[in-house]
Amino acid sequence: MIEARGLARTFKSRSRTVEAVRGVDIDVAAGELVGFLGPNGAGKTTTLRMLTTLLRPSAGSATVAGRDLLTDSLGVRRQIGYVAQGGGSAPECRVVEEIEIQGRFYGLSKAESIRRGRALAEHLDLDGLEQRLVRTLSGGQKRRLDIALGLIHSPRLVFLDEPTSGLDPQSRANLWQHIRSLRDEHGVTVFLTTHYLDEADALCDRVLVIDDGTIVAAGSPDELKSTVSGDGVTVGVPAESTVDAAEIAGHLPGAHEVSTTEDTVSFRVPRGDTALPELLRALEAKGIAMTSIQVQRPSLDDVFLTVTGRSLRDAQEVPGAA
Amino acid sequence: MLRETWLVFRRHTAVSLRSPAWVIIGIIQPVLYLVLFGPLMEKIVANTPGFPPGDAWQILTPGLLVQLGLFGSMFAGFALLADISTGVLERMRVTPVRRLALLLGRVLHDMVQLLVQAVLLVVLAALVFGLRAPLAGVALCLVMVALLGICLSSCSYAVAAILRSEETFPPVLTSVSVPLLLLTGILVPITMDLAPRWLYVLSRINPFAHVMDAERAAFRGEYSVDALLTGSVVLCVVTVLAVWWGARTFHRENA
Ligand SMILES: Nc1ncnc2c1ncn2[C@@H]1O[C@H](COP(=O)(O)OP(=O)(O)O)[C@@H](O)[C@H]1O
Ligand SMILES: [Mg+2]
Repeated sequence: MIEARGLARTFKSRSRTVEAVRGVDIDVAAGELVGFLGPNGAGKTTTLRMLTTLLRPSAGSATVAGRDLLTDSLGVRRQIGYVAQGGGSAPECRVVEEIEIQGRFYGLSKAESIRRGRALAEHLDLDGLEQRLVRTLSGGQKRRLDIALGLIHSPRLVFLDEPTSGLDPQSRANLWQHIRSLRDEHGVTVFLTTHYLDEADALCDRVLVIDDGTIVAAGSPDELKSTVSGDGVTVGVPAESTVDAAEIAGHLPGAHEVSTTEDTVSFRVPRGDTALPELLRALEAKGIAMTSIQVQRPSLDDVFLTVTGRSLRDAQEVPGAA
Repeated sequence: MLRETWLVFRRHTAVSLRSPAWVIIGIIQPVLYLVLFGPLMEKIVANTPGFPPGDAWQILTPGLLVQLGLFGSMFAGFALLADISTGVLERMRVTPVRRLALLLGRVLHDMVQLLVQAVLLVVLAALVFGLRAPLAGVALCLVMVALLGICLSSCSYAVAAILRSEETFPPVLTSVSVPLLLLTGILVPITMDLAPRWLYVLSRINPFAHVMDAERAAFRGEYSVDALLTGSVVLCVVTVLAVWWGARTFHRENA
């Protein structure tokens, strides 16, 4: 469905040059649900806008839904649906009008557009809202309307940019369900971006991790997690014993990435469950009283940490990122 | 392409019809000029040599029509900026609708709205203030106003699409519109007898001053004077240029 090679985009302004995307290769097969995971400012939106013909790449080439991105942008636009990060419905319009005109933009007849609009509204829990002005919709309703607008022409490939950002947990879970059913029931290929780890983990068949304009890891959530070596263990100890406790932890078989805070010691071991008893014994022998203990299976955040050297949660706080 | 333009036109018109008050608000200013300035104009025109032929209303009404065409259409860009910030423009740009149709549909909508306002204004001037003008001349005038609207709203969209900023657009608009309006001679015609030479020359460089002269000639029913021909040709040329500029901007990726 998508085959991109060396896609890059540089923004130039008078004062500075931003290499937003630095040559990414993307392959998405038909029927896949692929997530593009990265912190704010990583280049997700820029990549999506290139793939949807909104932005001309500075370099690279791509075939999207069987059409050449650079020479047949109209062909690409006919085949795809795109739901932008901020949506695209006009606050001053009625829900039903936006849906109808969107269908007509895609060449549907008025009757057909209305018929599909009804079906979509029902499917996305929008029924009963047809006569409402867009500005009176809740965040979740507006998001679902934006998605309905992107699906009116039954595209076989849809791009969703941060589909659940800013939604409450209930609406998010609800939207995940809708996105899954797109793929499961309608065979739509979905390419979405997210900066939520749990979303990428729970929703996507395959995740591409992007950071600073480069794809730094790719694979299914499980594959990615297995590249991180081992479980994370964090033990709480009295402040005066952290150094000793770190020493002990470091001597456990296979232990690595040992680090300490004022009153905790963290490290990784291949198997957290078997390492614990040994650790407890060793600490007791030294007379160190442990205050807490936590074992964590690797998460996508650990994957991000491993490949970039910083946590995705921290990366979110990059100042000035959009 | 025609169908697409029609769809875009229809969408924007549906939005405008929902709040028709804007049509009225748009002509409040010219109506105020008619009511509060028109009576003064009668005396001035009668007592000052140098005015073109015709009575006060024949001079003022076409002036206000041109003002409506210039000033009203210049604000079209604000609607585009709103659609940029809500993502509406981007949503439309991912559909197969040609980018030229996205521009033309909007421009057409602005033009129709302008024509409605212009007709209201002329009817008001005729009924309340006793404006006398030949019907054919008024019709010709309205055609020119329509072209003026196409020209100015295309320019407004081009500028808005280039600036893409609700902060910088208004000051740019003001700095262009005020000198343009003054140099067009909307209220007091800039004639060779009334204006100092440098001002007259300056106004001749402004294409819309020629359009202004043409409209006044049409209102007097003088279809054979040079002014009408010059004005029409100038108007057609600037309109074509403006639409071309708008189309080019809309084709560029970030419009
Ligand atoms: N139109 C633009 N002009 C200049 N810089 C831009 C533009 N769009 C995005 N950027 C920059 O490109 C980088 C990537 O942005 P973006 O693709 O929006 O990231 P993401 O969607 O992953 O949060 C950021 O540093 C952003 O500031
Ligand atoms: Mg983004």
